[in-house]
Formats: sequence, C-alpha cells, structure tokens
Amino acid sequence: MNPASRLTKPITDRFRSRRLNRVPSPILAEGLPWLSILLGSFIPLILVIGAAPVMPPIGFMMLLSWRQLRPGLLPVWSGVPLGAFDDLFSGQPFGSAILLWSLAIILLDVIEARFPWRNFLLDWFTSALIICLYLALGLMFANAAGGGAAMPVLVPQLISAFLVFPLVSLLVSGLDKLRLIPIVDLD
Amino acid sequence: MAPPNRLPSYSRRAQYTTFFGYLAGVIGALVGGGLLIISIASPGAFSGLRGIASDATEPVAGLASKGRAKSIGIAETISGFVQFGSQQARMKRELAEAKVRLVELEAQAEENKRLKALLQLTEADPKPVIVTRLISATTASTRRFATLSAGQTDGVTVGMPVRSPMGLIGRVLEVGHSTSRVLLVTDPESVVPVRRGTDGVAAFAQGRTDGSIQIKLIGLGVNPLKVGDALVTSGSGGLYRPGTPIGIVAVLTRDGAIAKLLSDPAVTEYVAVEPVWAPEASKPIQQPTAAQVGTAQP
Repeated sequence: MNPASRLTKPITDRFRSRRLNRVPSPILAEGLPWLSILLGSFIPLILVIGAAPVMPPIGFMMLLSWRQLRPGLLPVWSGVPLGAFDDLFSGQPFGSAILLWSLAIILLDVIEARFPWRNFLLDWFTSALIICLYLALGLMFANAAGGGAAMPVLVPQLISAFLVFPLVSLLVSGLDKLRLIPIVDLD
Repeated sequence: MAPPNRLPSYSRRAQYTTFFGYLAGVIGALVGGGLLIISIASPGAFSGLRGIASDATEPVAGLASKGRAKSIGIAETISGFVQFGSQQARMKRELAEAKVRLVELEAQAEENKRLKALLQLTEADPKPVIVTRLISATTASTRRFATLSAGQTDGVTVGMPVRSPMGLIGRVLEVGHSTSRVLLVTDPESVVPVRRGTDGVAAFAQGRTDGSIQIKLIGLGVNPLKVGDALVTSGSGGLYRPGTPIGIVAVLTRDGAIAKLLSDPAVTEYVAVEPVWAPEASKPIQQPTAAQVGTAQP
C-alpha cells in the first residue's frame, strides 16, 4: 500500500482499526454510572450558593436516565448507597433519598416491564412525573424534620428540572458511549 | 431500541438473582424509611456522618468556591458596564447624601461614646472568631443549609452567628473537624429576634425558603411597618449581637411583612463567624425550686 492512499483513508476507519483486539475497561464500564450519579449529587451544590431552592436534583435525574437507558445496569438496591451519599450533602433529613430513590427504581422497573417499547418523549414525561413526586415528598419529609416550606416554593425547581432533563439524558447517553470504548488490550 | 429480553431464562440461578435483587431493593427502601423516621425524630442524629462527609470533600468544594467568586465578579462587571451611565448619576447623588449622613453619624457616635462612658458601659465590638468562605449550600432541597470551611479546629462552636459585610447570614448548626453546617436565615426553622432600625418595633424574622423572610410583629395592633424599613437584630435571646442588619421590608402583610434579605449568600465571598453575643442570656430561665424559695424566706 502506498503512503498516499493511507492518508486518504477516512479518519473513522483509522480509529476503528485501533479497536481491534481490545475490550472496554471493566472498571469504566461498571463504575462510570455510579461515579456520574455521585458527582451529579455533589457538584451542583458547590457550584451555586442560593438563597432559594433552584437547582434541579441532578443526581436523581441521572439515576432515572441511567435506569431508562440501561435498565439492568444499576442493581435494584443501588438506591441505598447512592441515596445515602445524596442525603449527606442535600440537606434533606437522612434517609429521605435512600427511601425515595429505591422506590423510584422499583417504579421504573414496573414501567419498564409494562411498556417495553418507549420513545424518549415518554421517558421524559415519566421522569417529569417522578421528579414532581420526588420533590413534593422530599418537601414533606423536610417539613416533618423542622422545615415549614409551602409547595409553591418548588415551582422554579420543577420547571428547571423539566427543561434540564433532556440535557441530563444526553449527557448520560454520551457517558454510556464513553464507558464502552474498547481501551484495554487483550494481549 | 429493541428492549432486552427481561425474562431471565429458565436457569434457576438467574431467576434467584433477579428475585434477590428486587428483595434487596425493597429492603433498601424500608431501611431508608427507618432512617428517615430516626432523623425526623432527632434531626441531629446523623450530624457526625454529615460532618465527616463535608470534611472529606472540603478541598474540592473550597476550590469551587474560589471559581464561583470569580464568575460572579465577571457577571457583575458586565451588568455594571451596561448600566454605567444611569448608575454613575445615581451614585454621585447618593454619595453626596451619604457624606452628610456620615458627618451626622460621627457626631452621634461621639455622643454615644460619651453617654456610654456616663453609664460606665464597657462594651466593644467583639472580634470575629474567623473570617472564611461558604463552600456549598443545599440548593436542591427546600431546607436552607450552607457549609462553612471552618470547624472545630478554628474555634467554631454551635450557635455562633455568621454574617457578611452586608448583614446576617445564619448561625452555626453542626460543627465538623474542618467544616461546619450553617442554618441560613431563610430556612423556615431559623427564627431571629429583630427590631426596626429607626425605632424599637420588635418582631421575629422567620425564613420563607424562597430567599425572603417573614416578619412577625410581637405587639399586635396597627401594623407600623412601611415598605423600605430596615430591620436589624435586636439581641434578645442573646444569640445574635444587636444591630446586625438583616433585611428590608418589601411587602406588607396583615400581621407583619415580608422582607428581602440584605446579604444574599449567593454573592457573598467571605463571611465572618462571630462569638455568641451573651451566652448567659440564651440559657432558659431556671424555675426556682421549693428549697431555694424556702431558704430565701426569713
């Protein structure tokens, strides 16, 4: 093969040729969903210090996206460790996210079994509904533990969560591609 | 995308795996419910865990807080550039007014000092325990807490008021090793005794979660508050030093007002942790026992 034809070869082909005899890293493939949800719980809280609740619950939204994209990837019990981490930083009474995240995972599995063929629009609206319930119940738990906020306080957060959800899904599908890149040499 | 086959084949082992997965999920939810009941019954139950978590993440959060201060600065510069002309004129006028007020206040401060000397009051402004940054806040929850990058090792203890140059921000609720948790004045659990700056109309300021505070007057009757009144802490209860500004009345209600917070924690870079003003006063009054009453009588 002469060098000129090698240069005219499409870039994707050259990239693909590097994938031969390689597999995805198991650490990345298994760990990236967990890591992304943990960061989703933590990073938004240090980016903005607000006098009002305005940030959508990014960690919870990432969990929903991962479960909708890859239903069996995170185990059913993953709500316990991930929710516990979220509770440590979110300001909610400890246990609130453990309970609600576990319930959300089970609910998503029921929906998955009932409607196996879904499009993104349906996923978006199911998530919006679940996020509504999640925030409302979270507010009730927070009020029981000493707060006293009224429901209208949630409106800005609900709107932002609804609008941001497609972006979170996009990020999750990007991460899903990233985690399956074959980088570990078999030799 | 075609859905994956959800039936776990005829393998007994695969079926058990699925079953125990769901069982673990349900047990997890129940455990969460149990922990939730515990933390509702005693809100401080998991403060140790939270302290460890925020101590461990302090380096990252501290870095982010530096970047945040810079980005806020950029936004302010841009908005300042847009409003340059009108702002310049207004600020010139305000500066002229402020100079006159300053002279008056200097005279009053002098008189104040003289009167205090007459009364033999020796009370100086206390030095802050530490000046530090707010490193994170619970922006996704309806509870309003913030994390401070100073803790036990810096001499911070529970109950200390936290303020910015603009006004009161909150008080320390839980103390970790190198971080501590602050209850912001906008949290519904926070109640601050306040008075009107110009006279002594006493009231309570309770947080409303959405960034404003509810002012509840103590003396009922005709509502004396007006839109634009400045509110400062009154010092009753002994926790907050009197005279710290907290808010400006924005909307009048039947039994008080809704006030806008003066020091928005979002634009505050540094905050000062102050010592508890009068710790003796914040203790509940002891009921005299029968024995004490008996010995006091002749």
